[in-house]
Amino acid sequence: MNRYVLSVYVENKYGVLTRVASLFMRRGFNIDSLTVGETENPEYSRITITLRGDDYTCEQIINQLKKLHNVKKVKLLAEGNKVERELMLIKVRNTPENRNDIMAAAEIFRAKIIDYSTEYMCVEVTGEPSKINAFIDVLQPLGIVEMCRTGAVALERGSSILVK
Amino acid sequence: MQPNNQRKLTGARILIETLIEQGVSDVFGYPGGQVVDIYDELFKARRRIRHILTAHEQGAAHAADGYARVSGKVGTVIATSGPGATNLVTGIATAMLDSVPMVIITGNVPTRLIGRDSFQEINITGITFSITKHNYFVTDVNELADTVREAFQIAKSGRPGPVLIDIPKDVQTAKAYYSAAPEIQAIRQDPADDQQIEKAAEMIGNAQRPLLYIGGGAAATDLGEELISFAEKTDSFITSSFMGLSAIPSECERFLGMEGMHGRYASTKATVEADLIIGIGVRFSDRATGNTKRYAKNAKIIQLDTDLSEINKNVIVDLGLVGDLKNTFRLLADHVSPAVHTAWHERVSELKREGRMIFDKINESSRSSVSPRTFFDVINDLKQPETVIATDVGQHQMWTAQYIKFEQPRRFVSSGGLGTMGYGMGAAIGASAATGKQTILITGDGSFGMNLNELATAVTYRTPLVIVLMNNSVLGMVRQWQTLFFGGRYSATKLDRKTDFVKLAQAFGAKAERISSAEEFRAALSRALKQNGPYLIDVPIDKDELVLPMIPAGGSLEDLITTDERKTQQ
Repeated sequence: MNRYVLSVYVENKYGVLTRVASLFMRRGFNIDSLTVGETENPEYSRITITLRGDDYTCEQIINQLKKLHNVKKVKLLAEGNKVERELMLIKVRNTPENRNDIMAAAEIFRAKIIDYSTEYMCVEVTGEPSKINAFIDVLQPLGIVEMCRTGAVALERGSSILVK
Repeated sequence: MQPNNQRKLTGARILIETLIEQGVSDVFGYPGGQVVDIYDELFKARRRIRHILTAHEQGAAHAADGYARVSGKVGTVIATSGPGATNLVTGIATAMLDSVPMVIITGNVPTRLIGRDSFQEINITGITFSITKHNYFVTDVNELADTVREAFQIAKSGRPGPVLIDIPKDVQTAKAYYSAAPEIQAIRQDPADDQQIEKAAEMIGNAQRPLLYIGGGAAATDLGEELISFAEKTDSFITSSFMGLSAIPSECERFLGMEGMHGRYASTKATVEADLIIGIGVRFSDRATGNTKRYAKNAKIIQLDTDLSEINKNVIVDLGLVGDLKNTFRLLADHVSPAVHTAWHERVSELKREGRMIFDKINESSRSSVSPRTFFDVINDLKQPETVIATDVGQHQMWTAQYIKFEQPRRFVSSGGLGTMGYGMGAAIGASAATGKQTILITGDGSFGMNLNELATAVTYRTPLVIVLMNNSVLGMVRQWQTLFFGGRYSATKLDRKTDFVKLAQAFGAKAERISSAEEFRAALSRALKQNGPYLIDVPIDKDELVLPMIPAGGSLEDLITTDERKTQQ
């Protein structure tokens, strides 16, 4: 199983996200995450999709996405030629026993404590998805109450641009 | 856009004007509360555009589909919101699976009532996401005309398909400026690049046993004669998928017939023995390939298609040529060198001989007093080259695929991909509306029962339509599976109805008769073909008749069933 990151440039029109999402359901493709947001041009949005699978599945997904009328460009972002970030908010139990561990972990992961109450702490962390996973592993034994991940966003490195 | 010499028109009027401007001369449909404004404009424009009222929206959708398949134009259908729109769904899906260009117009409740579960409100764009090439929900009357134009462009560009436009009632009554535009052209697609074409030509040059495998794309792009010249030049033979039938004349020397589950023996066998398969506008559907792991295992595969997503989807190919199908094929035809493959020629002749023997044996083992093939021989004798043959879905459909001699392209109208029982009546009415000539609908008592209400439409419009009802009182195709694979447990396939189809057709105002011999059938069909208006012929078929040869689902040629092994039925 490989991990793939796709960047999809779409028209900002009625139902686009539904079309993209329903395509995955209809064709039986599994995705890890999907994020969407406006681009430098308000008429277009950029969807970042991460998925696990083989080259065959990835090729099928790209080809099917290209057929959607509102999809203007699809690109597989090559490993090693992209910058990728994800943001997570994670709420953990705040007890005298684990308080220092949480703060130490946050420091090491360059995370921020953005909410603090007598019972709970909420920590914000940004980074590559693998770093987010590592942070979850560290906090797991300390009592995670709830968490929320944005899914990955990514751009190509250097002068590579999706839509000129 | 605000030309000062122009008045504003209502959305309903703009819609009709845009349809006319886009070359629509016939539209099928059924009125209702949320399209009453559109129907008012249709009434006013009745001398410029013909509306055909069906008995049910499903019939209208199939009619638009049949019309499109025969004429090559975009089929158009109108229905109201809610149940009107949902009744179209099977028709839209049928068109999607067979890549038929259609524009579907639905009305919806006024914008202010959207999302409130209002009377007859349904989210038809949501429902049809996965069965349309694209769809629109129009919220601004100023965008209506361009939306309709774009819909026509999408429907006919590249791989054709259905496009739906949902128009709320307040958009139909709101006003905007309109100026006519020329008929929009399909988006031009480049042919595959030269390097790939050269590579394909080289592979063809190296092949000893080349085989062209043609599909719906080859039929829809009217490649006919060019396919045959290509086969002659490269000394290859041609097989087809179900959807590729009628792309070239069935009697063509180079043609081995349909391949797959109920395909011709020679065709299926040649696929196994070929060393190169050149797929042309064909998607290697499971019904044609059987088990893809064992499909064409001795062959390299080249695939030409307009749709990138078809390459490597169902079978992994050695070379995919993506681009405008017609031009890609023509470039390839220019690049290939003439060849002679004597051994392959001899082998194919042998396969054809064996295939004919198998077919004769199947015919002899028929359980009916008159074998199904006999009826098809009569139809072949009496039909004109341009007669459209439409079918429903089931045994009669596969017999049609096996036995009908197609002579001209766009003369076979049948639901291949979705396999829609009940498709035939609407589609045949649409086909006749397109040609103004006789259509022969071959159907079964199961399929016919699903949409026989359209008899009323055919009678009203005096549709020249002969309905050959192959009546075995069972759901024959499912029964065949139960016979072969389910120990003869005939669950829910004995219709055992008391319907008198002759009286039924007469009650609708159609002519009808029942026959019991080949001679009677010949006489009845001759009479029927001279009629102006629908004519039903009730043809008895034994309930245990099998469609053979057969490769079971997911099987391969080794599993081929050619004879009916059962003892005489008790």
